[in-house]
Amino acid sequence: MKVIEITDYCKRYDGVAAVEGVTLKVEYGELFGLIGPDGAGKTTLLRAICTLLTPDEGKILVMGKDVTQSIMDIRSLVGYMPQRFSLYQDLSVEQNLRFFADLFGVTEGKRERRLLQLFEFSRLAPFKKRKAGELSGGMKQKLSLSCALIHTPEILVLDEPTYGVDPISRQEFWEILRSIQKEKTTILVSTAYMDEADLCDRVALMHQGKITMVGTPEKIKASFHYHLYRLEGKDVRFLRDFFQKLPSVRSTQLFGDTVHVSFCKKPALSDWKNWQRDSRGNLKRWASQPPSMEDVFMESTEKER
Amino acid sequence: MPEISVKTENLVRNFGSFVAVNQVNIEVYQKEIFGFLGANGAGKTTMIRMLCGLLKPSSGKATVGGLDVYRQSEQIKRSIGYMSQKFSLYEDLTVEENINFYGGIYDLNQKRIQKKRDEIFFSLGMGDYARTLTYDLPLGFKQRLALGCALLHDPRILFLDEPTSGVDPKARRDFWEIIHQTVALGTTIFVTTHFMEEAEYCHRVFIMDAGKIIALDTPTKLKNRYKKKSMQEVFVTLVEKQQEKKTNPMPDSNDKMS
Repeated sequence: MKVIEITDYCKRYDGVAAVEGVTLKVEYGELFGLIGPDGAGKTTLLRAICTLLTPDEGKILVMGKDVTQSIMDIRSLVGYMPQRFSLYQDLSVEQNLRFFADLFGVTEGKRERRLLQLFEFSRLAPFKKRKAGELSGGMKQKLSLSCALIHTPEILVLDEPTYGVDPISRQEFWEILRSIQKEKTTILVSTAYMDEADLCDRVALMHQGKITMVGTPEKIKASFHYHLYRLEGKDVRFLRDFFQKLPSVRSTQLFGDTVHVSFCKKPALSDWKNWQRDSRGNLKRWASQPPSMEDVFMESTEKER
Repeated sequence: MPEISVKTENLVRNFGSFVAVNQVNIEVYQKEIFGFLGANGAGKTTMIRMLCGLLKPSSGKATVGGLDVYRQSEQIKRSIGYMSQKFSLYEDLTVEENINFYGGIYDLNQKRIQKKRDEIFFSLGMGDYARTLTYDLPLGFKQRLALGCALLHDPRILFLDEPTSGVDPKARRDFWEIIHQTVALGTTIFVTTHFMEEAEYCHRVFIMDAGKIIALDTPTKLKNRYKKKSMQEVFVTLVEKQQEKKTNPMPDSNDKMS
């Protein structure tokens, strides 16, 4: 049995499709990433899995149960951390946790132990009495996560948990997710940061309401069809303009002090020598550049267009 | 030598006993894309506010486009542009109306506004959206419009605050392409971001922690120096090193944090 099984799911708002014909399976115990820019339909899909939206078409099963039928069962199986901080700002850290424990009917016997566990991994114990509204961004995010985990759900659904969080807190947050996964929790997480795809076991790339690719990050990156090189030289703008004109070049991208050039055909050493000469000595170094998830994402959306 | 656009010497800003910016020295050149990175509370915002003429330093020197931050803050405000990810556009105005409105704020005459409007429509590919409500624009185009408005008065220095987080990769690359064109015309760009993929687009990056500079170099050199593949990894490594120094000032001291 799949933990989450989505078949041909469609959702429209005022006739505009937010999610269009998505079919996706999430396996037991995996850390699955839903990767896409703002407006791709990630939140709609996650809310539907959490029984918060009904489908216009298609079907979603969570642990074999239909999200339109077994609403209460599914809510007890799933922990959901929404995109916006939705805790009570004027309650303390501990009060928020106890409130969520009440909501989810966590029994007295289990409660204290669970609180201890959650304080341990979140390292929020020293801030127990602090009001949620007075926490830093990273701490708020850990409190939201703790509240989503209060009833020890089998599935954890997180909607852009690292949005706007600084890189250090972001890294710490992913480490926490890994430790939760080790306790046999299945995790579905969405993000607009393409580089976070590498931290997942499997990912789905989402664009304009559709899934364009699914697989492990390695496999997805290996599917890149072009030959990407990183070029360094005296005047990178000149280099970019030079390579952009070549017929074998598919695209170029100017970064700070380098240019990325993707070729349709792998260039030979003689090609490089010629280019070095023809670019009037501007080309200093070149090296094969592994494609990033962003490169692959762009390719997958171009095919669609 | 390229012309210096922003320069600080021993710049300090205190809030009570807290030192937000501690003896910072930087030189940013004209036509440079200068990235400004740091964790929350590192002092980035304080630094930017001083350079925008919004906050007086406690001590030290700073000039922005040759203007002194102590004495010429009003002129500085007129000579810089600012664009944030949290768009400052009016969503219930059309694209055209937003441009007219910002043109008015910057005190441009009608002729100049019209010229700028045509430029934005043409060079940013926004002509089809002239009468569209800003609210209804795709995110990538909102971003372009925000950029267009921030450049209306031809600022010498443009501050970008996390300009492309969340937009799709195509829109992000298009955006940086426009930034590179803007730079070629002589503008200096200051980027602050949490989003390390944006740091890769900068000519040089400046990493701050606890009010001090902990690194200042090109992304390629930093990645080579720390043998890392991405700026994300460089950043995490550097900041963690700083934190180790703080929690373990001496090898055998007790770790009070745990």
